[in-house]
Amino acid sequence: MPSISNALQTTIGRKILTGITGVFLTLFLVAHLAGNLTLFSPDPDAFNLYAHFLHELGPLLWIAEIILVVLFLAHAYIGISIYRRRKQSRPENYNYYNSKGGPSKQNAASKTMIFTGIIILLFVILHVMHFKYHLFSPETYMTTINGEEMVDLTRHVETAFHNIWIVLGYTAVMVLIGFHLKHGVWSAFVSLGASNPKRLPVIYTVGGIVAVLLSVGFLFIPIYIYLRHLFGG
Amino acid sequence: MSNENMTIHLKVWRQKGPETKGFFEDHTMDDVNPHMSFLEMLDLLNEQLMEQRKEPIEFDHDCREGICGSCNLVINGMAHGPELRTAACQLHMRKFSDGDTITIEPWRARAFPMIKDLVVDRSAFDRIMAAGGYVSVKTGNAPDANAIPIPKHEADLAMDYATCIGCGACVASCPNSSASLFTGAKISQLAHLPQGAPERKKRAVAMVNQMEKEGFGDCSNFQECEAACPVGISITAIAEMRKEYMKAVLS
Repeated sequence: MPSISNALQTTIGRKILTGITGVFLTLFLVAHLAGNLTLFSPDPDAFNLYAHFLHELGPLLWIAEIILVVLFLAHAYIGISIYRRRKQSRPENYNYYNSKGGPSKQNAASKTMIFTGIIILLFVILHVMHFKYHLFSPETYMTTINGEEMVDLTRHVETAFHNIWIVLGYTAVMVLIGFHLKHGVWSAFVSLGASNPKRLPVIYTVGGIVAVLLSVGFLFIPIYIYLRHLFGG
Repeated sequence: MSNENMTIHLKVWRQKGPETKGFFEDHTMDDVNPHMSFLEMLDLLNEQLMEQRKEPIEFDHDCREGICGSCNLVINGMAHGPELRTAACQLHMRKFSDGDTITIEPWRARAFPMIKDLVVDRSAFDRIMAAGGYVSVKTGNAPDANAIPIPKHEADLAMDYATCIGCGACVASCPNSSASLFTGAKISQLAHLPQGAPERKKRAVAMVNQMEKEGFGDCSNFQECEAACPVGISITAIAEMRKEYMKAVLS
């Protein structure tokens, strides 16, 4: 019997790791979206307090961040290696290739996983530099809530999303994340052993719904802030 | 359904051998009976080529009734052609229209090396089978038919997976050239039967390792293999293979 670490390097292991990391990254997106939605809380300080609370966790936050980085890099690394293996497995490609339809899940979402994945990877790097390290901002805005000084992240977010190009860029990437999830959620379940033929179509539909909810949830924020700014709401 | 002969334009892949460069050869046939099978159409073309003292097109075929898994043509970019759950030998020319141009290519995968024209070497599948796709039994008198009770549901599932004819359409149609559907079906058919139980773990590991060694790609759950499979094996076979393999490793 192979060791667990050898097993995880086989084609089965690669897919299981992709599936597990994908599930956790999707759960992270759910938590991230829930946090973001505090921007629309009736309490105008809710988002800043939430960000401040996360920062105050100190070492706990670092551990969470390290886990996230590892999940993300592992998911990306395996995805790229699967793509490279794909190229090696068919050195001479078909001159004519068509999907046969029927049960096939070859579609715009599944065929572009490597492309949407790489865009998301680049986006996440920029996004962290943007809102965590304020690299694209001339100064770090501060505010005082309940006598405590903290970063005014709400102002950073609003300033950024008053710029139409940033809004369009975020919206485009959120749509791509939706595409990635549409195939990804379903694929993760099958990779992790979902084999009940009655449940598979349900999983595929649920995957699509999760993709739309997360994608629309995230792109709603920049668009709403931009329109509110435009119409002076 | 018209009984009139059809004119068919063909673009057929010709390749002298593994080392030479292949190319598409154009042929036009004016006398294609719509009730011919696809392979009979190729037979007719080959007869015409031989009459002209040209080299006939090599293609694999044997039973011509959809159960041997020999035929391996990528027709119009689809393994076994456009009809679902149909091997190329069971595909009929009436599925095409008069004047159509049809492209024919071989299975393309590194693990299925080119032999000639439309014939590729699929012995990678034989080696996966030899690695564990069997049950070890003492030979002797045949046992009583129903001596080992097997629940109907399990027997049905095993039979569904056992319908795999090993043609390789799953590999040919997979964007990643993965052999997961084939290997999954072969592992799962025995995993559902008591006869497969003694070698269950060893089998899953050995067959997956052999599949890996042969240089097939990874499965990305496109489910294209299920669409191309002439017997319609479900990708649940792949999920079952993953579970069988991990259970073997973790126990």
